[in-house]
Amino acid sequence: MSQQTSVLYDVPGPRQRRITLISSVVATVLLAVGAYFLIYRPLDDKGQFSMELWGPLVDPSNENFSQVWDRIGLGLKNTLTAAALAIVASLVVGTLLAVLRIQLKSLTRRRFTGMATPVAYLLRGLSVTLSAVTRVCVEVFRGLPVVLTIFFVARGFPEFGISFDTLWYLVIGLTVYNSVVIAEILRSGMEGLPGGQAEAAAAIGLSPAQTTRMILLPQAFRIMLPALISQLVVVLKDTSLGFIISYEETLNIGKQIIGVLDNPIQVYVVIAALFILANYSLSKLAQFVQRRLSRGRKSAGTPAPQAPPTVLASQAEGTGGN
Amino acid sequence: MSVLIDKFDVFAGGFWLTLQICVLAAIGALILGAVVAVLRISPVPPLRAVGTAYVNVFRNMPLTVVMFFAAFGLPALGSNADFLRVPVLDSLFSRLGTDLPYFRFALIALVLYTAAFVCEALRSGVNAVPPGQAEAARSLGLTFGQNLRHVVLPQSWKASVVPLGSVIIAMIKNSALIGFFGVVGDLSQTADQLTSAEGYAFIPVAIGISIGYLIMTVPLGALLDRLEKRQAVAR
Repeated sequence: MSQQTSVLYDVPGPRQRRITLISSVVATVLLAVGAYFLIYRPLDDKGQFSMELWGPLVDPSNENFSQVWDRIGLGLKNTLTAAALAIVASLVVGTLLAVLRIQLKSLTRRRFTGMATPVAYLLRGLSVTLSAVTRVCVEVFRGLPVVLTIFFVARGFPEFGISFDTLWYLVIGLTVYNSVVIAEILRSGMEGLPGGQAEAAAAIGLSPAQTTRMILLPQAFRIMLPALISQLVVVLKDTSLGFIISYEETLNIGKQIIGVLDNPIQVYVVIAALFILANYSLSKLAQFVQRRLSRGRKSAGTPAPQAPPTVLASQAEGTGGN
Repeated sequence: MSVLIDKFDVFAGGFWLTLQICVLAAIGALILGAVVAVLRISPVPPLRAVGTAYVNVFRNMPLTVVMFFAAFGLPALGSNADFLRVPVLDSLFSRLGTDLPYFRFALIALVLYTAAFVCEALRSGVNAVPPGQAEAARSLGLTFGQNLRHVVLPQSWKASVVPLGSVIIAMIKNSALIGFFGVVGDLSQTADQLTSAEGYAFIPVAIGISIGYLIMTVPLGALLDRLEKRQAVAR
């Protein structure tokens, strides 16, 4: 906090400190009064603080308490299962996609000399087409809302006579979107590496595939680790979309509980708190990793491979996506 | 494929409604986000705490939960979000003024959720300005307002324009959720309506809906890419 305030403000002197103190007190009082009249009073008027509504969620002696939390526990388990499967699948597919795009891009630059002219032209045309196709796929799936990819998967697969558990619809829908995003994160990470890395790899005789696997990918993973963790937060949040296809995740369970007990605000407060807790710790982990990485680079004494400016953008998009 | 031509007006209507809520939500989120950003960088600790709490809460909560709060929590409090029936706006954006409150609920949820990300984009922009800039401005004797207006904000604006754009794109995509919260006739609800209720083939409808969203997101994304490249050169 002190770091960012110092950008805009001088170190406060005695007078400034007094002003800050006074305005802090005034602001606290104003906020408390505002919270009382705008939040507490309306809620209290509607009886939203009554034990009848909160009891099943917070009071262990309540008759519904254990049942409610059993259901929520089941929901959490389902949420975490879907999130874990989706993130693993997206990481695998995303990595493959990133490698594919990098390889195709380097293929389009090759001229295939030494082959018969028609073959060379054919190969060049083929690589350009493939490169364009993957590019279009990436743009399309990145531009589609996750809600729709999940919805389309759940509606579209049965059209072709393929039907799964709803869990798999959710996982596939999430994977389609997130693998593309992860592919873009990794690709920008690989392209942001200094050109010397790939050149040195070529100089010691590594093939392009080996270069990607042993030189570029590990470094890209390292630089992009914070962005990848933020994407994990996005996936965890997006599992809540499972309610659209009536997958029994936390929110859906919450809806069922509300159907019986009729206490929407209380149940959503609890569910929101659970989500916030999980995601907040994940974001803190991302920040921690970022700090560790930047410290590690300094102590290593090598010119640091700076994360390219696209990192910021993709992070913003990642955390902004649902 | 004939459904695309036969039902073109339905698709166009859905597109138009989605565009409406996106424009309104973008304006709302930019304003609210700017306010929260001011809170977060203010020198008064309680205000800063409020801004930080707001961002942490809304950034770590799924939009779905915010939507549920708006769509089921507000009615439980007896509110119909009638304060959003702004006289001139509701004639421009017809859904704002209707008796069904779901459009307004969805709008509130989108604005609240997106504002947290807008705040972070703006704040990261301000933090990206080198401290020496503001220090130099102060030592020249510029007042706080002058400092902001002539030195800090022009530079921070440059750094936050691309993240802001990404946030808006994400918001457009998030708006697909409103169809599942009672807003009738937006793009995503149109997909549901045409395939399940009216029994049209799934694939063409899916393509039509996808095109609707891609029209909004892809050009914006391309524009951002270009901006980013230009900035990279300028730096």
